[in-house]
Amino acid sequence: MPGPLEYGIWILGALFEAGVVVCTLLRGPFRRYFTLSLYMLTSFLVNVGRYLVLARNGNNPLASDYIYFYYYSDAILTMCMFFALMGLYAIVFEELGAALYVRVFAMLMLIGTTLFSYAVVQQSESKMLTHYIVEIQQNLYFVGLVLTYLLWAAVLKLRETRVRVIQIVLSLGVYFSVGAAANALHNAYPNLRFIWEYVPPVAGMLLPVAWIYAFMRFDEDARLAPSRLAVVPR
Amino acid sequence: MMAGLIFVFSLAALLQFFVSYCRSLITASARRALSPDVQDVIGIKQAATGDDFERVMQFLHLCPERREDRNGIQAIGAYFRLLGVLRKTIGVVVPALRAWTESERSNCAYFAAVALDRRIAYSRDMLAEQMTA
Repeated sequence: MPGPLEYGIWILGALFEAGVVVCTLLRGPFRRYFTLSLYMLTSFLVNVGRYLVLARNGNNPLASDYIYFYYYSDAILTMCMFFALMGLYAIVFEELGAALYVRVFAMLMLIGTTLFSYAVVQQSESKMLTHYIVEIQQNLYFVGLVLTYLLWAAVLKLRETRVRVIQIVLSLGVYFSVGAAANALHNAYPNLRFIWEYVPPVAGMLLPVAWIYAFMRFDEDARLAPSRLAVVPR
Repeated sequence: MMAGLIFVFSLAALLQFFVSYCRSLITASARRALSPDVQDVIGIKQAATGDDFERVMQFLHLCPERREDRNGIQAIGAYFRLLGVLRKTIGVVVPALRAWTESERSNCAYFAAVALDRRIAYSRDMLAEQMTA
């Protein structure tokens, strides 16, 4: 049964996700950042769904219903995150008119990752569905990280100066890095439960906080020089 | 093997994204000039140094919190500690890295000073509102 800390992180995370949608509606960029708002809304609804499934199973997180719901909803959320990422690509590449190519590339990566994960598990002896889900999650987070890294490289190369876009991309990079590292640890050392039970939810809670900060603190016109942010000076 | 590779790459990327995110927070506040009152209180006239950070943070904790800047300040606090670790470890043998961490630490101190400036202004506004109510 989840303790007060787990519930606290969970409830706060869900509230912050709803907060992002409210912020985009209040501050006006809801249509411009539609895929980001859609992801946050889906994530909020998934959290409500998880709570209902958990409550129906006597608050037992090891109930098979809850485990299946959890992993499937997480895989769906990661895919929604890909759409959010594609939305960001479209914003960064809008002046070049290359958004369509980027979207097709991201879709192919998503399909390729799913098939690759299936092929890896198909070769193993256990062939368990839960193993497939853990494998696909690790790979999806990693591909998400690579795509975010490429997006960040494009931001630096194209000299994208919008503070809001820069902060959203960087916070997404932190989120995917933490998710990929935690899932890799989960895959390699399933006994290190405290890492993959606490780290991804905390990272998931901090992502909407960073987005709320970006939407509330900066206007769409706020600018900064991206070359000043690169770890290696340009 | 695959999980290990993904883990190492993810940690390296995490470090890079985290540093860039913190620098974006710092850069956004770097253009703001400090008010004369804050300059007098914290003793920073033009450029802050890394050693000013802890002192400015102590002043910051004395002021009423603003929800908008709480997370930014926490992120910069973590970044400052990371820089401190780098300065005391790799920085000892790589002078260029030591100079870079020192410059970043002073930027962190300036960020904290700007946050302090905002909090003082916020407190004044609140007090003025209470006086007029």
